[in-house]
Amino acid sequence: MKISTVNPQDKTALAQQRDLMQQRVAQSLAKRHAKEKRFKLTGQLAVGTALAFVAILFISIFSKGLPAFWQATLTLDIYFDPDIILIDEKPVQAAGESDATFQERYQAWQMDLAFINFNGLILNALAEVIPEAAAHPRDAMRLVTSGERIALRNLVEEDPSIIGSRKRLNLLADANVDVWIKGNIDRDLADSRQQLSARTRGWVDQLVEQGVIKNRFSTALFMNADSRSSLASAGLAGAFMGSLMMMLIVMFLAVPLGVASAIYLEEFAPKNKLTDLIEVNINNLAAVPSIVFGLLGASVFILWFKLPLSAPVVGGLVLSLMTLPTVIIATRSTLKAIPPSIRSAALGIGASKVQSVFHHVLPLAIPGILTGSILGIAQALGETAPLLLIGMSSFVASVPSSPFDQSTALPVQIYLWQGNELRNFFEARTSAAIIVLLTMMISLNALAIWLRRHFENRW
Amino acid sequence: MKSRHSKAALALTAVAGLAMATTAMARDTIQIAGSSTVLPFASIVAEEFGHAFPQFNTPVVGSGGSGGGLRQFCQGVGPNTIDIANSSRPIRSAELENCRNNGVTEIIEVMFGYDGIVFASRADGGSFALEPHHVFLAGAAQVPQNGRLVNNPYTRWSQIDSSLPNQEIVLVIPGSNHGTREVYEETVVHPGCKSFPEVQAMERSAQNNFCNAIRTDGRVVEIAGDYTETLARLDAQRSALGVFGLSFYDQNRDRLQVATVSGVTPSLETIGSGEYPVSRPLFFYVKNQHVGEIPGLLEYAQFFLSAEIGGMGSPLEDAGLIPMDNTERAQITRAVRSRTLVQ
Repeated sequence: MKISTVNPQDKTALAQQRDLMQQRVAQSLAKRHAKEKRFKLTGQLAVGTALAFVAILFISIFSKGLPAFWQATLTLDIYFDPDIILIDEKPVQAAGESDATFQERYQAWQMDLAFINFNGLILNALAEVIPEAAAHPRDAMRLVTSGERIALRNLVEEDPSIIGSRKRLNLLADANVDVWIKGNIDRDLADSRQQLSARTRGWVDQLVEQGVIKNRFSTALFMNADSRSSLASAGLAGAFMGSLMMMLIVMFLAVPLGVASAIYLEEFAPKNKLTDLIEVNINNLAAVPSIVFGLLGASVFILWFKLPLSAPVVGGLVLSLMTLPTVIIATRSTLKAIPPSIRSAALGIGASKVQSVFHHVLPLAIPGILTGSILGIAQALGETAPLLLIGMSSFVASVPSSPFDQSTALPVQIYLWQGNELRNFFEARTSAAIIVLLTMMISLNALAIWLRRHFENRW
Repeated sequence: MKSRHSKAALALTAVAGLAMATTAMARDTIQIAGSSTVLPFASIVAEEFGHAFPQFNTPVVGSGGSGGGLRQFCQGVGPNTIDIANSSRPIRSAELENCRNNGVTEIIEVMFGYDGIVFASRADGGSFALEPHHVFLAGAAQVPQNGRLVNNPYTRWSQIDSSLPNQEIVLVIPGSNHGTREVYEETVVHPGCKSFPEVQAMERSAQNNFCNAIRTDGRVVEIAGDYTETLARLDAQRSALGVFGLSFYDQNRDRLQVATVSGVTPSLETIGSGEYPVSRPLFFYVKNQHVGEIPGLLEYAQFFLSAEIGGMGSPLEDAGLIPMDNTERAQITRAVRSRTLVQ
């Protein structure tokens, strides 16, 4: 503010003017402070709202999903009755027998095993704890999920010597039993609106009291592939393996390609119209909606290259394409942030261009590159839309053993479970799957933050 | 610098090589896609098939609606195309044409049971005793009134018929990508629509167009997704009436109440006997050119048809499928065994 010259003798006038000025400053200061306060408040409100929504999301997912990690399980003494399991000895490959003939013999034995009524073993074991069970086999078999007969079969297939012995086993209860115990269905509803018969419900309550049915930590959720014929045994193992294979493909394809192109564009490429065009297009590519990559994958990889449908290899390739621009952009901005003095110093002491980049610039850029790559991979892990178009939203009941096997992915599994008919059971299961996916994402992001902190360079 | 380049080139050749390698590799897992109504049944069969036949892989079942599945099915012949299309309606002649143009000339049609379509509303709302013409009047763009066609004036069910609950009309129906939509139109809307003398007086093609036109004032909601989406609609809108498959309703009986149609309550028995009018056969289509190429294809079809998996007291019946009777089953099984093709 310009102060007009006044007669130094005129002290009162000067004081007056000073007062006036102070007053004006105070007024404008108050105004500015108020403005600042308002801005701060709006900011805090915005952050608060965002946090509140995140909190609501987390609370609703966790409150729904956490109980699904524990599942109603029956502990029964199963007697592997030799009168029910009528089977020849497990074939052993004889010396000199060709693999093909042994395979044939073994499969014939497996077929025999497949015809054995393993439900009979479960029913007998149930009859020991509930005497009336034998008279009402249909109601009794609603207690145990239908996939457990396969589990018993696998036990016998692995080690036929258990035939004739008794074994205490934990069998998963039927999905509707789990729903009933957890109170996910209104217990007061009339019989006609219940999923289980009145008799079965009575037995469930009785078995809970006897301690035969307990909520146990659900290993099925992690060890099994998806299931629709035995809903209680549906698990995430297949989807997890599918996601893992895709992430490995992204890691070994998108990251090296992306880093290499970023280094070339940033350090070596001449600055001309062509590289400008490339740069613009890389930025455009990063903004392309992911579903477009799915369409591309369906038409190029599946119809043209004739890669299999629903396979992680195609998913991995599609997600690599999607992640590529993210990696390139992150790497370039890291390289840009490295002071030119490093390069000049290297060149100054006689290093070649390649040496200056690979010996001096790149080591400094590694934390930034890692962070960018991990964030790119985390983004790819959660991507669903492109996978729907290459057939990865199919129901797959087995765990894939190679990237060419059919498989789903974690986010797609969430989508599939969300659509399952038995809402009472799968609402919780879906949230549990979300928790697993979120945990993986958060750990990846945490790793990225840790790497950044740990290797951070200051200059 | 050079090493980077060669590495990138290496990666590219690896991708190309990978692509080459798979062209020669045959697929040994059956690939299925199509109707979301058939999906739960086909998934159960696929899983049980994997358990029962250790020599075959467990088939993979995708969704996408009857139309979507048949389109994928008709894309061509070869390991990168699907082997079986699930459908909740018979294949259309245009789809057959499309199939033929792409080289899919040999198709086996398999009917494997019946499914009912039910109208259900929230358990805490009013209960409905519907007649076909109620549904038509609730959802039509125009309705006949005193010899003239007027824009649909109804906003509450009780205005259509005093026996219906005094509730806002909101009808949630499957989108046109679903086979269920066609059955809904043919078995409910058309009979209801054609009961009016004004409609009977029209020409045939005009009749169909008139009956199929749905109102666009937001009272009819088309759902392109599956029944869970319909259920979510009902959760949000208390007065809504939704169209579901019998099996979906059956597993959510605690939240839904079912409407009677023409006085009949839908159930396995009433649908099986044909008393309940809104039911339809379910199908799957097998690409005969893949039989022998993809292991287990014909075995899967036969397994699906066995009474053990789809008869009375079977896993499929538990899941809500209405079984065929034994003569029908025997006839279709014979046709599948002899690989009778769709003409």
